[in-house]
Amino acid sequence: MKNSSKKKRPMTVKARRKFIRTVIMGAGLIGTSLLGFIPVLGRWKERVRPPGALKEQPFLASCIKCGQCVQVCPVNAIKLAELDEGFGIGSPYIDTRAQSCDFSCDGLQCVLACPTGALTHELNYPHETDMGIAKVARPESCLAVLGQGFKGQARGPDYDGLLRYDEIDRWNPILVREHPYDLELCDLCVRQCPIEIRANQCDAGKPPSGDENQCPPKRAIRLVEIDNAEGVKRMKPEILDGCVGCGVCDMICPIEPSVFEIDVTSSRGWAA
Amino acid sequence: MSRISRSLSELFGNDPKKPVPDDYTPEAKDLHAFQRTDEETKKRVDGIKVELAEKHAHPPLEKLRLKRWAVLLLVNLLFVFSFYLDIQLLEGALTASRFVGFHMADLNSALQVMLAFKHVVLNLLIGTVTVFIAWWLLGGRTFCSWACPYHLLAEWAEILHLKLVEKKWVTDHPFDRRARTWFWIIFVVLALVTGYTVYETISPTGILSRALIYGPGLALLWVALLLLFEIFYSRRAWCRYACPIGLTYGMVGATSPLIVQYELSSCFHEGECRKVCLVPHVLETVIKGRARGTEVEIGADCTRCGRCVDSCPTNSLMFKFKGLGNLL
Repeated sequence: MKNSSKKKRPMTVKARRKFIRTVIMGAGLIGTSLLGFIPVLGRWKERVRPPGALKEQPFLASCIKCGQCVQVCPVNAIKLAELDEGFGIGSPYIDTRAQSCDFSCDGLQCVLACPTGALTHELNYPHETDMGIAKVARPESCLAVLGQGFKGQARGPDYDGLLRYDEIDRWNPILVREHPYDLELCDLCVRQCPIEIRANQCDAGKPPSGDENQCPPKRAIRLVEIDNAEGVKRMKPEILDGCVGCGVCDMICPIEPSVFEIDVTSSRGWAA
Repeated sequence: MSRISRSLSELFGNDPKKPVPDDYTPEAKDLHAFQRTDEETKKRVDGIKVELAEKHAHPPLEKLRLKRWAVLLLVNLLFVFSFYLDIQLLEGALTASRFVGFHMADLNSALQVMLAFKHVVLNLLIGTVTVFIAWWLLGGRTFCSWACPYHLLAEWAEILHLKLVEKKWVTDHPFDRRARTWFWIIFVVLALVTGYTVYETISPTGILSRALIYGPGLALLWVALLLLFEIFYSRRAWCRYACPIGLTYGMVGATSPLIVQYELSSCFHEGECRKVCLVPHVLETVIKGRARGTEVEIGADCTRCGRCVDSCPTNSLMFKFKGLGNLL
């Protein structure tokens, strides 16, 4: 030991114990807080973040974990992460299969609500967002690929997810189970894609709120014919450049598990 | 050493310094000398006996404490109702919110974000400045005892702890108070270096506020662990020795106009106030012979909880808003 560590007065036993337990408590506390690094570095959960979210690192740095985005979302798509997400605790994510963002607020309310810029204010329209990109992960179970139609409630009678149907109520999303379908060939993923809906409105000369800026420059999803043998038309969903990863296709897909997955590798700033 | 630098030194965890002869005002010197006379000593000893008998016969109700709990619950429930009833009165959580549309940001959370993100958007700056001014006016650590949900749970845990201590089932293990300053510095450095809001991961204030508003979760286990630690091992450990939020607000409140003020002339030096205080080092001045003046402002670590005001048998401690006279 160095000479300089000698004290003028030796520590009493009581003081020494207090010092030692303070050091242990300190190490324990800092150590515990740093455990939060593990789920983040290990990418335990690859979350779809709300529209406008910065890349994962600056997003987690800037998010103040207040949940104001949760409160303004009209379809309650946004959830807050738990302790098992480490430094990501309290940060917002979207479980697209449970309830995806369908942009039914039009104005990106979560972006406007964010006090820190974790959801960047530098975007105004749904097609400018980059939440991820949909992937046709299980084409073999897709009804369109099998040449089948779909009749009934897309997600069954117990599903309580919401979706906006413009033709029913432009301003209020309704329960998906209250809007049954009867389709000759299942095209739910294309039919309900918010980007596609907008693009169709624009093509018809009726952009949302008459605002040309609402028109997506690129298409997001389409069905391409793969076979037409024996009078059975079979088609396959194809994801296009305009996909923003909102996950409505994943949410509305009547197959369990869904045909789609949302890939967030690039939107979160991770190397492929 | 000025009052503010003494107050900050105590806030950072140093033991209060005993006054040297030059520290006393002439009035305080005279008053201390007067209190040491036989006649005054007898008067005081008799007075304390009467007080104790009175306290035994009619245990006082801590009115201010109940009021404070009501305010604390109201603040936190305002967040909850605002969300559930969608009345947009107080949106968000304690870490950041909008009060009727005006941005508010918890100072420690905002600090963590600014250091981790290394960029400050205007809304966050507005929220931070607003909250800074608000809590400066209200006393700084007033946040702790009047708004922080963990504080309330910790107070209840403390009641339990003191009962167990009374039964000699547990003993209090104090820590070095300087630990909190080190935590504050370490969490600042960690936010800066790692680029993550490391402290938010373990902040019981943020965890509880979010659990109340958005529903309970796994993180409550951490809060439960802290409470158990306080019940069985160390009285009020988190608030006293660990919480960097407390230190942040303590620094804000160091120059606050809202203070607890001590009146030497009426004090019997019973020490009732120091028994109930979360941060008894701020009340060393009430020990006989320690007051530097006849009126002393209690230091920055004081949470303005008012328990000393409630417990003082001679009303020698009171809230004061400097420039507006006595509040209570």
